[in-house]
Amino acid sequence: MKLTLPAFVGRIAFSALAALIGAVFALPLIWFLFAPFNARAELGLAIPDPWTLSNFATVFGNSYAVQALWNSLIQAVGGVILVGAAATLAAYALSRSSIPGKGAVTYVLLLFSSVVSGSAAMVPIFLIVSAAGLIDTHLAVILTFAGGLLPTAMFILRDFIDSIPKSYEESAMVAGASPVQAFFDVALPVIRPGIVVVVVWGFVNIWGSFLIPFILLRSDRNMPASVAIYSFYSEAGTPIVTLLAAYSLIYSLPVIALYLFVSWKFGFRFFGGIKA
Amino acid sequence: MASVEFQNVTKSFGEFTAVSGVSFDIGDGEFVCLLGPSGCGKTTSLRMIAGLETPTSGQIRIGGEEVTQLHPKDRNIAMVFQDYALYPHMNLADNIAYPLKVRGEAVAGRHARAREVADVLKIGHLLDRLPSQISGGQQQRTSLARALVYPAKVYLFDEPLSNLDAKLRLEARGFLNHLQRDMGMTAVYVTHDQAEAMALATRIAVMDQGRIVQYASPIEIYRRPATTFVANFVGNPPMNLVEVEGVQGEGRLQLKAEGLAIAGLPMSDAIGKALAAGSRLTLGVRPEHLAIAAPGAENTITAPLFANENMGPESLVTIDRGDSARVTARIFTDDHLDLGETVTLGFSAEHVHLFDGAGQRIPATGE
Repeated sequence: MKLTLPAFVGRIAFSALAALIGAVFALPLIWFLFAPFNARAELGLAIPDPWTLSNFATVFGNSYAVQALWNSLIQAVGGVILVGAAATLAAYALSRSSIPGKGAVTYVLLLFSSVVSGSAAMVPIFLIVSAAGLIDTHLAVILTFAGGLLPTAMFILRDFIDSIPKSYEESAMVAGASPVQAFFDVALPVIRPGIVVVVVWGFVNIWGSFLIPFILLRSDRNMPASVAIYSFYSEAGTPIVTLLAAYSLIYSLPVIALYLFVSWKFGFRFFGGIKA
Repeated sequence: MASVEFQNVTKSFGEFTAVSGVSFDIGDGEFVCLLGPSGCGKTTSLRMIAGLETPTSGQIRIGGEEVTQLHPKDRNIAMVFQDYALYPHMNLADNIAYPLKVRGEAVAGRHARAREVADVLKIGHLLDRLPSQISGGQQQRTSLARALVYPAKVYLFDEPLSNLDAKLRLEARGFLNHLQRDMGMTAVYVTHDQAEAMALATRIAVMDQGRIVQYASPIEIYRRPATTFVANFVGNPPMNLVEVEGVQGEGRLQLKAEGLAIAGLPMSDAIGKALAAGSRLTLGVRPEHLAIAAPGAENTITAPLFANENMGPESLVTIDRGDSARVTARIFTDDHLDLGETVTLGFSAEHVHLFDGAGQRIPATGE
């Protein structure tokens, strides 16, 4: 097809505009990649000269910062295991059994989790955790997140399990498997990509949260990285940009790594029913 | 191998009754097809034999043993599913050997047995593949292999060939037929394809709206369909059904309908009883029993040509008697017929089927 001149100019103008918008959005990311390696980093964008790892050395020299990363990991992994296991079993039961009104149960759960969560529920959550004597423990954060994420996780997984033909488990049971055997041998491996989605989503949620650990935790030795970032401020309240940049990069890596791992291992492909 | 008995079995899902008071028995080594349109209760019946559904009332026995409430795993049956239900995360060897795994057999033993069965079904070279890496026909044979890998009392098939293309389906049908006779297995086979049922079954149970309409050998069902439903369901194309007005005259049964010229049929008690209930009867003639005849002759149906479909060895000639009352003949002719041209189709009296006003067969004299 031959382009007319106005169409050609229009196309160039459109591409230029798109590139400009792209650049505006890319700037913070570029800063995020450059600043950690710049010993004199400021809020402005600058190419490091020379490239250095001194910022990272300072971060790793700070025992509080390192402990905070470790705390994030404990809380995220703990929460994810709880959510993953509970949501899988609950969603499987909701999908496969014939409980009357199970649809209503799912929707009420989802409604409560999305409406009555977050900041609005902070006071009752604090009171419950306090009454349970769990203030300033990892368990408090893990349980709070497990409870908060569970309904949505169940909802996602139930949808996923609904789309998997019952005939998988049925054929296993006809072949002589007990319901429990059929679940672990046949259903669970087929559901696994769905569980991975829930686990990644849960991990990212817990890893990135600020409010809940900030309120439920007291001592520095239990704070996760999201809260610890606030320690890289001077007494006067101005950020120490060099450390902040390096720490932010380290803090983002597990999430990026998780996505890469999942996409490499599962490729976000899902097994469905085989129907030729 | 074992027999299967249904005793007054009913299955309801809420308001809907899928299977309604069904009783029948399947002898040891029989191949029974449950045949019917979708929603007739055939799949539900099969799933109750498997234990995947529990009857609302009634009893099911396998090999004389009451199994109505037994879990599927305790029934020692094998089943081939319509969607094959191959486990996508296991290779073919593990898929086929799975029933042996849950029976506690060691890896070496069960893989050797899986290979044996796979070789018979000509998928032995694919054992390392995943189900997603093989063709539909190979998947079908894999699911068959998984059912054959252990000795079961009864083999259940839920429309196993419906996802195959026409050519593969014929091939698989022939193979199943051979296999069943060879092993002498008791098999229950659900299908909505009458040709499949005719080719495979030792007996066919024709189902409609949760009930068994006729339970007989394929040849019996073809020659003496119990109702107009069976007559219309079995045969390709199905039997022509012509609504007729029946009156007794000169000691014989005279039938009248638009375009129909038929000699009086000998009266019988059965015909007399049907006439007493009403004069509206149904005359049935199979397409393969019709041939082009001379106009004005006896035992003929005359109407304008509606369609002439040449199938190669034969032609389907359809005439339209008005109000979509069409009659199709399966004939061997190369004659050119013009659309709208008046065509006369003839039949012999021995090929006439009669049904009463309720659609029930009126037995011919000597039946």
